[in-house]
Amino acid sequence: MKFVFIIAGVLISVLTIAAGLIYVERRLLALFQDRLGPNRVGPFGLLQVIADMIKIFFKEDWIPPFADKAVFVMAPGILIATILLTFAVIPFADNFIVLDSNIGLLFFLGNSSLGVYSIVLGGWASNNKYSLLGSIRASAQMLTYEVFMGLSLVGVIMMADSFSLRDIVEAQRGGWFVIPQFVGFVIFFIAGIAETHRTPFDIPEADGELVAGYHSEYSGMKFGMFFVGEYMGVTLISALIATLFFGGWLGPSFLPPAFWFFLKTAFFICMFILIRASLPRPRYDQLMELGWKVLLPLVLLNILITGGVLIYTHSL
Amino acid sequence: MLSILRSIWYTFLHAFHKRETQGYPEKLPYLPPRYRGRIILSRDSDGNERCVACNLCAAVCPVDCIALQAANDENGRRYPEFFRINFSRCIYCGFCEEACPTYAIQLIPDFEMGEYDRQNMVYEKEHLLISGEGKYHGYNFYNVAGVDMGVKGTGKGENEEAPVDLKNLIH
Repeated sequence: MKFVFIIAGVLISVLTIAAGLIYVERRLLALFQDRLGPNRVGPFGLLQVIADMIKIFFKEDWIPPFADKAVFVMAPGILIATILLTFAVIPFADNFIVLDSNIGLLFFLGNSSLGVYSIVLGGWASNNKYSLLGSIRASAQMLTYEVFMGLSLVGVIMMADSFSLRDIVEAQRGGWFVIPQFVGFVIFFIAGIAETHRTPFDIPEADGELVAGYHSEYSGMKFGMFFVGEYMGVTLISALIATLFFGGWLGPSFLPPAFWFFLKTAFFICMFILIRASLPRPRYDQLMELGWKVLLPLVLLNILITGGVLIYTHSL
Repeated sequence: MLSILRSIWYTFLHAFHKRETQGYPEKLPYLPPRYRGRIILSRDSDGNERCVACNLCAAVCPVDCIALQAANDENGRRYPEFFRINFSRCIYCGFCEEACPTYAIQLIPDFEMGEYDRQNMVYEKEHLLISGEGKYHGYNFYNVAGVDMGVKGTGKGENEEAPVDLKNLIH
């Protein structure tokens, strides 16, 4: 019974946070751009979320006649499913975790690789030049950044000696991994932005060039699923950064552990939005160059140094 | 690399800047006295219409939104029989105010003219005419002009001397 409660709790909180982020992002972007943001619907505009949901549910859900219907309908579902599955291995608190898997981190990396299918298939099934261009870009970008997203976590895995996210948090009782693994943290953050294709790396969408990229042809709630999927991705990466580098639920005991976890996650969600507000989109070749020529050597160096230090300290 | 961090920091600092947006219906914006908004027709200090129906405003109007018809009252003074401004066409350029020789037509700081029916944007003379003098107090065209239109007698105007009696040798 407790198991069901945990699943329901995780599901409801993740979906609520993802929907609420639509409002939070608009308010924060307004804050950074000297505006007010949505403040008309309800107190502080909080009911804007509900208004947006009602709107998107009642929009016409149109499938283009030239599209590959089955794949077109399936694509947004894959995105939501892979991200929601990943939340299963994230420890919200000491015993608040759906699946305490000993390969939790690999499960996350595998799922985020599967998430690429959603975008590639969505663009392919749309049968539209811009959508296809968007999904080609997305596949190249996500494969590139997947490589060192995994590699940037190797340092953490070596230090915690485990793939289980719960063990990784427990290993941080002595000190957060962000200090010894600062390079790993920065690269994971950059790769996380690219994985969720948020604004500095929103090249698959690139509304200046590709209409809306891979979801140009999507409307109604199918578009809404891509939209909410993006926010769930942001929440996921933020939760992972908090777990892997900032001690997850660990914190002074005057607040409950789950609260510390949410506080750290919320901080990184705000960082995502701040970065979106401040940085322009790089050119496609610049993105690839940064990935292969700068970040990949850097992350390999990080693994080398971490490994060397660990062998040295163990041999003492 | 440093410039990226710096621009993120500067963007963050904008959170503490003054807001550019104003909460409009609750907090009304400051409009300067010379703001070009809704058009009115003013009266002179005696309470008579200032407009002399010279048609200069209608002629200068770039979008032809002013229509009027001149008429004469019992003293021979010209006044507009009707005066109609179509505010759905008006571009609030203020040319009519500049063209007006009698300060009759004036633009005032008011822009809240939303209507549900387009026909309600057409203002007739009774909607345009106000009871006061608007921006220019104490000015009366016929007190300065030379012609007698029942406002002043001959030679009684401002900056005007009494007419010379040609048959009197003393002058």
